[in-house]
Amino acid sequence: MKLQTATRLGLYAILELARDPERTLSSADLAERFGVSSHHLAKVLGTLSNAGLVRGGRGAAGGYRFTGNRRRITLMDIVALFEPAPGSRAKEPGEDTEIGGALQRVLLEIDEIAEATLSSITLETMLTAGRGT
Amino acid sequence: MATIRSAQASDLPAISALDARQTGIAKPDYWRDLLVPERYFLVAETDKGALAGFIAGEIRAFEFGQPAAGWVFAVQIDPRLRQRGVGSQLFDALVAKFKEKGVTRVRTLVDRKDHLILSFFRAQGMVAGPSLQLDKDLS
Repeated sequence: MKLQTATRLGLYAILELARDPERTLSSADLAERFGVSSHHLAKVLGTLSNAGLVRGGRGAAGGYRFTGNRRRITLMDIVALFEPAPGSRAKEPGEDTEIGGALQRVLLEIDEIAEATLSSITLETMLTAGRGT
Repeated sequence: MATIRSAQASDLPAISALDARQTGIAKPDYWRDLLVPERYFLVAETDKGALAGFIAGEIRAFEFGQPAAGWVFAVQIDPRLRQRGVGSQLFDALVAKFKEKGVTRVRTLVDRKDHLILSFFRAQGMVAGPSLQLDKDLS
């Protein structure tokens, strides 16, 4: 599965901030941590802020804090902020043919499984994975 | 913290009622048939002795060409008592029973649209297993 860059950065940022909700990190801090563009991260943090998941960011050095619920927010909630909604996709040429329709059903099946996986993993689950239960 | 113990015949009316409230389908015979020694049927009780939830499972040997694994086939928590770790307590208690028998894997099957129960099992550390379930409509 390939995620757009903004989606991946959104997941990096929210998970890093959710690791410690008391902590404030700027887009530059996060960019350095993950070795990615600070400019791109600033835009992504703006999207997360508009969604009410993080707060802060005033001024050039302004930091962000996680303000969501780790046990409720899933990976899908973040992915949905950056990726086009599954139903909003434009029809591809050839989709109305028998072969095009059959291919579409296979792709839909894959999308449904991916959505189920992303929707079932909360930030809390991600952040505790590997520590054992 | 809830108290976890094996289910008894006297628990069946409360188990069946909790399940019927959640699923909309009453199936008392199904729950009664789970009360057999080869199955694990555990309940969680509040400090006042009320049913907080239950879990059921069994060890299935060499099914589908796979080594023996502990299967979880039902888990239900009273919605008023969720988010308090009762489900995790039940899951841990069932897994402990499986481990006592030398089983090293736990498995379940979940509707992929049921994100609530999927999230619960994910939170217990479960991930997609080696098998893909396939279906065909025969109507």
